[in-house]
Amino acid sequence: MATDAPIKSEVEIGDYQYGFHDPTDNYAFKSRKGLDAEIVRQISEMKREPQWMTDFRLQSLEIFESRPMPNWGGDMSELDFNNIYYYMKAASEQGRSWDDVPEDIRRTYDRLGIPQAEKQYLAGVKAQYESEVVYGSLQEDLAKQGVLFTDTDTAVQEHPELLREYFGKIIPPGDNKFAALNSAVWSGGSFIYVPKGVKIEFPLQAYFRINSQNMGQFERTLIIVDEGASVHYVEGCTAPTYSSDSLHSAVVEIIVKRGARCRYTTIQNWSNNVYNLVTKRAMAYGDSLMEWVDGNLGSKLTMKYPAIYLMEPGARGETLSIAFAGAGQHQDAGAKMVHCAPNTSSRIISKSISKGGGRSSYRGLVKIAKGAENSKSNVVCDALILDPASRSDTYPYIEVEEQNVAIEHEASVSKIAEEQLFYLMSRGLSEAEASAMIVTGFIEPLVKELPMEYAVEMNRLIELQMEGSVG
Amino acid sequence: MSSVLKISDLHVSVGETPILKGVNIEIRQGEIHALMGPNGSGKSTLAYALAGHPNYHVTDGSIEIDGVNITEMEADERARLGMFLAFQYPVVIPGVKVADFLRHAISNIRNPERKEGEGLIGMREFRKEIRERMDELGMDPEFARRYLNDGFSGGEKKRMEILQMAMLQPRFAILDETDSGLDSDAVRVVSEGLARLSGPQMGVLIITHHERLLEFNPPQFTHVMLGGRIVETGDASLAHDLHANGYATVRQRHPDAAAENARAEQPTTV
Ligand SMILES: Nc1ncnc2c1ncn2[C@@H]1O[C@H](COP(=O)(O)OP(=O)(O)O)[C@@H](O)[C@H]1O
Ligand SMILES: [Mg+2]
Repeated sequence: MATDAPIKSEVEIGDYQYGFHDPTDNYAFKSRKGLDAEIVRQISEMKREPQWMTDFRLQSLEIFESRPMPNWGGDMSELDFNNIYYYMKAASEQGRSWDDVPEDIRRTYDRLGIPQAEKQYLAGVKAQYESEVVYGSLQEDLAKQGVLFTDTDTAVQEHPELLREYFGKIIPPGDNKFAALNSAVWSGGSFIYVPKGVKIEFPLQAYFRINSQNMGQFERTLIIVDEGASVHYVEGCTAPTYSSDSLHSAVVEIIVKRGARCRYTTIQNWSNNVYNLVTKRAMAYGDSLMEWVDGNLGSKLTMKYPAIYLMEPGARGETLSIAFAGAGQHQDAGAKMVHCAPNTSSRIISKSISKGGGRSSYRGLVKIAKGAENSKSNVVCDALILDPASRSDTYPYIEVEEQNVAIEHEASVSKIAEEQLFYLMSRGLSEAEASAMIVTGFIEPLVKELPMEYAVEMNRLIELQMEGSVG
Repeated sequence: MSSVLKISDLHVSVGETPILKGVNIEIRQGEIHALMGPNGSGKSTLAYALAGHPNYHVTDGSIEIDGVNITEMEADERARLGMFLAFQYPVVIPGVKVADFLRHAISNIRNPERKEGEGLIGMREFRKEIRERMDELGMDPEFARRYLNDGFSGGEKKRMEILQMAMLQPRFAILDETDSGLDSDAVRVVSEGLARLSGPQMGVLIITHHERLLEFNPPQFTHVMLGGRIVETGDASLAHDLHANGYATVRQRHPDAAAENARAEQPTTV
């Protein structure tokens, strides 16, 4: 696995399969470390952005600087904003075929299996490397039907009307400190527009890769699913293993219009030195369906609570979340459902696994606003703790401002898997086999909702994580 | 040559609390031993300690199979040496299919050198075998596709233990109250199942409060545990006597152990 890596990183790669990195000396552009108005202007200039976007960035920077660090969630005391590169461009241009992509980078994506997946089961791909998208594709027939799938920078240039209508409207810069940070220095990310009635059969996938040490990646994704349309978008993320920290702070905004359907699947697999602080929110309109499938593996600290605002009657929201916290990791993940209209329904299913001293927390909010009568919400969260050194917490918040509603909450029962381990081992299974089996079984109800390729991927990643600390 | 499971002067603690205080039993392949004793006397503790539960610490004494000391071995190593425990309370493993689990288990037990990731026993061979064993135990083949013990009734769980025993063919089997909480039909199925499996190749330790299992599987030895010690050993007639008359006379004959047992039965304040 790691043996054919072109360069081995200086710290122990361990069992993380994607910990290798490429050389960085021939990058097209690298900002200096740290963050100020000059850096922000530089990013905007490099991208030849219109004035409104430059202003938006500078205002966001002010908000970022004026906000205190959140005092809840995970420990961010070691996160040093001055020790981060906020913008890096590895390739001078985006490739339309893999042959156009610089060799090092292409090899990295080969090893991540992206070109192969593209051939087999994807309708389109975006590959982001550091700050910029280095490769993009979209099936021709979809382009002909008016589907747009570009990086968000290109969208600013080519689709200003859509951008000005929706960009920063679902998650304004003032939403939270990290949304403000992203708004100031954002780069890359996916822009998707699916026209009325167009149903995209195969997934569109984006792949995010951090390569440098102390890198900050701030992609910005905007997805608009027009009336009666449907799309499944998938994102994957990896990074090299370094001894110092990197920061990934994305903003994802989604609009699901009347009768439309959007599924957003994340299979995050950051290395253990990445702070992953992400804001994701969708607005779901009449009779639409929004689904977040959120697989959080890896990273040092993840704070991520994908939200769905159910804006009109008949809107449905669903979040399936799997978190795996291994040694030195804290997964603070969950979901938010905000019912703003009558007859809306939501479901949250969360499963977390803690192992080897890892910590996972479920943090969730279900809010039923005044006027959202006949709304239904169902929350189930389950935690599996594989050893006494690991930890799991649950922070469920429920706010109800309406009488006639149905909320079910199955409080998390944190189970230490000791008895299960002993039972299986007494039948001759090794500790590693037994824990892998228990974990696979634990997440099975969730994984079986994924398309086959992603279910296989999820199981494989979990197995790799499990190999990590046993024995 | 028949194998021997030798338990010598076994002391076992849970946390800081000593539970077993010097247990000696020798079981040969082909023998059936009954282990009886009132609640809290330490029978399940002995069973767990033999199977290698990590929370049951052996503080003194030893467990050997054919002279090999297994006291420090992990549960899976012991299982690969032929140890099997039918649990008093079988554990539920959600999402893990009976067939997948058993195929792994059998592959390891039949090929103790098997490394992780190496081939499993052939699917066809395995299916045929599990079907036959399930049939003998009157189990619906559908159970092979269910999640292990998940949503099983008490009787179904106990049958599942016997099925596992039938598939794994251990040299030494400990049955911890496998007949408790079952209706008489289920007790019969389990008893007959055990009788079919036991034989010259298996040494059996039956922990029971009932007579039925022993009727089908008459023990050569009966041990009585009280306060963490074996206080008496006899033949099948001792088991019969205890069933008929209870433990009052045993307590009278061993007042010190009886007092310790009474203490153990008090609810703890942890
Ligand atoms: N896991 C445990 N934690 C605490 N105490 C235990 C545990 N297992 C057994 N004991 C104690 O050990 C004593 C013997 O219990 P056990 O072996 O279950 O008896 P039996 O099976 O004969 O009823 C009891 O006092 C019981 O409370
Ligand atoms: Mg018992």
